[in-house]
Amino acid sequence: MMQFMLLFSRQGKLRLQKWYVPLSDKEKKKITRELVQTVLARKPKMCSFLEWRDLKVVYKRYASLYFCCAVENQDNELITLEIIHRYVELLDKYFGSVCELDIIFNFEKAYFILDEFLLGGEAQETSKKNVLKAIEQADLLQENVDFQTRLFAGVMVPGLASESSGLFQN
Amino acid sequence: MSDVVEKTLTALPSLLSLDSQPGAAKLSSTSKLGNLIRGITELTSKHEEEKLIHRELASIKEQVSSPNTSMRQMKELMVRAIYCESLGYEASFSYIHAIKLAQQGTGLEKRVGYLAVSLFLNENHELLLLLVNTVLKDLQSTNLIEVCMALTVVSQMFPKDMIPAILPLVEEKLNHPKEIIRRKAVLALYKFYLIAPNQVQHIHNKFRKALCDKDPGVMTASLHIYLQMIQENAEGYKDLTASFVSILKQVVGGKLPIDFNYHSVPAPWLQIQLIRILSLLGKNDQRTSEIMYEVLDESLRRAEMNHNITYAILYECVKCIYTIHPKSDLLEKAAKCIGNFVLSPKINLKYLGLKALTYVIQQDPKLALQHQMTIIECLDHPDLIIKRETLELLFRITNTQNVVVIVEKMLEFLRMSTDDYTTIDLVGKVAELAEKYPSDCVCFSYKNYTYAPDNEWFIETMNTVFSLSGDTMQPDIPNSFLKLLSEGFESVEEDRKLRLFAVDSYVTLLKGETGKLPQFFLQVISWVLGEYSHLSEELKPATVLELLQKLLDRKQTSSETKSWALMAMTKLCEGRAGVSVAQQVSETYISSMDTVLRQRAQELQHLSQDSELRARVLPRDADLEPLEVDSSLSFLDGFVSEALAAGAAPYKPPHQRQEELSQAKVLSLEPYGLSLPISMSSCSIADRQSPTLLSMSSGLSGDSTDLSHKGGSTTLKFEGVKRVWGKEGYLAQKESVEEAVQVEAPSPLRSTSQQAEVVGSHSQTPTLTPTPEPEQEKQQLASSLFFGISSQSSVCLMGKSGPTPQRFRRKAKGQSSSSGATEQMSNSVVFTSTTVDNLLCNNPPDSTITSEVDVSSSKHTSELPQGLTAANGTCDIEAELTDSDLKGSSPPLSGDNGLENADPDPHENLDKPQGVCLSSHLPAELSGLCRSEITPLCTLQNLDLSACHVHREDTIVLVVFITNSSDSAVQHIRLDLDSELLEVSCVSESPAKDVRSVAVYLYSLTVRRPAVHVELAGTVSYQVPVGTPQTAQFSYKLPLTAFIRPLTVSTEEYGTMWLAFSHDTKQNLTLINDGQEPLVATLNVLRKKLQLHVVEVIGVEGILACKLLQDQPCLMHFRVHEGALAVWLRSPVPDLPDCLIYHCQRALQEH
Repeated sequence: MMQFMLLFSRQGKLRLQKWYVPLSDKEKKKITRELVQTVLARKPKMCSFLEWRDLKVVYKRYASLYFCCAVENQDNELITLEIIHRYVELLDKYFGSVCELDIIFNFEKAYFILDEFLLGGEAQETSKKNVLKAIEQADLLQENVDFQTRLFAGVMVPGLASESSGLFQN
Repeated sequence: MSDVVEKTLTALPSLLSLDSQPGAAKLSSTSKLGNLIRGITELTSKHEEEKLIHRELASIKEQVSSPNTSMRQMKELMVRAIYCESLGYEASFSYIHAIKLAQQGTGLEKRVGYLAVSLFLNENHELLLLLVNTVLKDLQSTNLIEVCMALTVVSQMFPKDMIPAILPLVEEKLNHPKEIIRRKAVLALYKFYLIAPNQVQHIHNKFRKALCDKDPGVMTASLHIYLQMIQENAEGYKDLTASFVSILKQVVGGKLPIDFNYHSVPAPWLQIQLIRILSLLGKNDQRTSEIMYEVLDESLRRAEMNHNITYAILYECVKCIYTIHPKSDLLEKAAKCIGNFVLSPKINLKYLGLKALTYVIQQDPKLALQHQMTIIECLDHPDLIIKRETLELLFRITNTQNVVVIVEKMLEFLRMSTDDYTTIDLVGKVAELAEKYPSDCVCFSYKNYTYAPDNEWFIETMNTVFSLSGDTMQPDIPNSFLKLLSEGFESVEEDRKLRLFAVDSYVTLLKGETGKLPQFFLQVISWVLGEYSHLSEELKPATVLELLQKLLDRKQTSSETKSWALMAMTKLCEGRAGVSVAQQVSETYISSMDTVLRQRAQELQHLSQDSELRARVLPRDADLEPLEVDSSLSFLDGFVSEALAAGAAPYKPPHQRQEELSQAKVLSLEPYGLSLPISMSSCSIADRQSPTLLSMSSGLSGDSTDLSHKGGSTTLKFEGVKRVWGKEGYLAQKESVEEAVQVEAPSPLRSTSQQAEVVGSHSQTPTLTPTPEPEQEKQQLASSLFFGISSQSSVCLMGKSGPTPQRFRRKAKGQSSSSGATEQMSNSVVFTSTTVDNLLCNNPPDSTITSEVDVSSSKHTSELPQGLTAANGTCDIEAELTDSDLKGSSPPLSGDNGLENADPDPHENLDKPQGVCLSSHLPAELSGLCRSEITPLCTLQNLDLSACHVHREDTIVLVVFITNSSDSAVQHIRLDLDSELLEVSCVSESPAKDVRSVAVYLYSLTVRRPAVHVELAGTVSYQVPVGTPQTAQFSYKLPLTAFIRPLTVSTEEYGTMWLAFSHDTKQNLTLINDGQEPLVATLNVLRKKLQLHVVEVIGVEGILACKLLQDQPCLMHFRVHEGALAVWLRSPVPDLPDCLIYHCQRALQEH
């Protein structure tokens, strides 16, 4: 299970933080400070994994932004890297060529996307299409509250339910 | 990859001029948040930022509490509050408004409200209770998006106590027509399961329904729950293995909708989750493992594409293959995979390859040989993470021959490390290695060449460890170091040298710059100097005192260290100079504010003036007499039981906790029957005094059951794998296959192969380029690191024949002196079977039987047909023997004595008839009971002493017969029995003052301290009418089994007792396979031979209980595991489990 995710800039400014384990503010600040420092000190060609305290930290830099996740010891580091990548893909699709500024100014959107992708520290939905649909239809809410119920039914993953048959049937 | 966000701005202030940027374009230029963010980025100092934010917060605070603020404005304010919080400024006033917004807002406002709540509060926050109603309402909403929002927030945080309030609603959502709702509901239940597992116990069948959901997303979500549940209890879900396998097969086969593909790999997240579940299910379970071999093979085969995501799957597969019951061709493929990882130029893969190698190497050290050069390169890798992992790998393959090099490498790393966590961990490991190997130098010095670890090495290594560790060290390292130093190893002379060397090196250290030495180290130095500086002849106490005084005067010295130094001075203040220094120092500290220091100063003052008192209080070499310590802490029993009654959790010893922890890990880090008991703390091993010289190696490691299982796989051969590295290093290769590998390999490997070609007679020798020097160094390093991991010694690494498993060869002490069969004293007596004796009693001495007994060797005795025993029971003592267990108890005696009989007893022939006669003198109440054979103790002028012990249900009675063979009466017979281990109380003495024929003495025995065999020493003195008093000494030995009785407890009682006992031992025993169910057969043998009570047998497990007379229980847990019997013994009595294990082994060996 993912313990937390941090997004920070090359200058060490925190852009996004999501904690999946209950920690006090003081601990959060301490962890953030230490981790940002450690990760920023690493050179580009170095390994993306860190053993940090009793956790594994997986980080990756996209342009000026560092994505950094802490996972438990038995978790798969490589798939965590791909989680980061998938999140970036989602952001990119949503914002249309995402850049750090999008995340700075629309951080709440970035949080919404994250919540549709990861829930409680686990990958909730790994189909890119489904995540984006969920976000889109929630966004429609804002633009036209009156029609949302009607729109919802149509927008939600059209046709998928009928196509996909259950894998596991007894 | 990063092209996705390539055109991101690097500097924020420039953003103002960049309206064309997509990010900026989306901003509402007038938005207050936008202004705030811009404002912040324009600032140059932290101070200005603080001012701005405080102003902002004040304005937000004012607006949120105003009744005129609309929900829309509130949403805006909340976003700004989130921003301020994320910058690190507290906005706790807004928390309640966030909850209000979630409650009253609609659409996006509600969404922001929920988001703010999930960011502001954690699940322990009390305000969260106010959210419950809102969640309840939204869960019932007809608006699906509101339901989604509620479920999202619930899956992230929810007050534990309020789960029942919403549980029915969430459960209901599992049947919702929309898959997104079902999916979120499953994840909400997963969250509930994590924080309050018993709340969702009743809906386990609904989880199964979710697993069968037609939507792959819902099914995937349900796997989170299953992974968790299987981690906790794999046994309960074995029936699902086939289903998981079939899902994985379909996923791998591309049966999922294309939406779930990720970079054209079908649902990798789902695959990995399934493989993790399978590895948990297949662990230690051959049958289950067999179901999954095929699909794992398929996964390995399919995941060949060159993309990170396929590597992720491969890595998970490899972990799984090495976790489940081994299958050779899969292992071979996995080993190849690991090879690819290790050799990969991609650093992430290299790292994972090393990790996998670290794990696998314990099963197959040869794999390390293949990658020797890569490992050496990684050791000098610029990335510390890689370096660190390499050291971890080397730590696992340490043996006596390479320990010096490996420790040196670790110390090198320590010198550079700045991270406390790493330092602590590494320091512990170095100390473990250093302490583990010095004892071996004795046995290895004759055949070892250059790298023999010796005393100096040990002390120097520990010095470096202490000085590098700073003050972050775990306190048990200096403790065990001092313990090691004071208890010493096998040879007195070696001990003296070791201590002397320590003293010398510390004196040198203290004479130098002490400013940087950590306090821990200074304390160790003080103690050692105080204790052992007298060993050095050149060193005058005054010099040491002076050094210690200097230490005291230093400002940086902590008061704890000062008190250590004062104590050392107290031990040393001899002579006039010493006393005057002592006086001077004590005067300084006698008025110290620190009470401990004051106390020490007082002691110093008094003891320095009274040397006689000092010699008594602080005798030299006092450590030889161990202090009496009640290690079971029995005086706390009352307190503990009260606490338990009050509902406190029972105490778990550290290794049990550790074990539970390690069981939780998928990738078990326990060593597999290797030389290193890695996970055990050094203390627990040091404390256990092994009563036997039998291999305790498997008992040393944390989870011996696992070991034995994996031990099987160590014998697997990787046929396809060529041996590239032999004992001396690289072996010249001729096979073209190997060449291909080398060509692919990075250049260093290639150049070594070239070098080898020079040596070997390779036809293709291209150029005779001399190997560059660094290469040579590397090879040297390789040969020293991988020394002893060649094929032969790999056998020894497996812990079968190597001398390494025994961690500390401490001096034999206490009971161990009476343990070894070889240590019998000349006068001591051994027994033969009661069975035989009884038989002789009843049947007239038959020549054939007697002769059979005479030649009885250990084998012979045990081969006595079972029927004979039974016959004996029936013909002789059936009437008296009501307890069937007691009847069955004769075989163990014979079994045990069979062993002792191995050296032929000359008395035996003579004594048989005597035994027959003497047995008639047994007191009536003892005559029918099980007893040992009557054995002669000693013979004097006209007296013969014999003895036997009789098993009564509640006690052991020692019967001593004194036979007067002369005509004259013997007077004033005095019999004194004494034993360190036994409590001897006299039951009755023979009434006659002077003995004419036979006098009988009865003693009841109880065990004070358990040992494998307990021995009594006795003196007899007497007087004949004419003549001087005579005395003689004798000894008598009984096995501990004589004191063991069945303990009848119920399974529940057993459970509570089990938790309460602190001393334990684990070992693997061999199962008896004679047609019946092996567990039952084995337990029966043990029950009969050792007098145990079988509490319950469930499946492959059995629990037994017994007690040591009088009331010292010992519980035994048996589990059949991969053809062996894993035994776990627990008792409140120290050493009892160890001794019993020994007898269990004996009993089974002789069966």
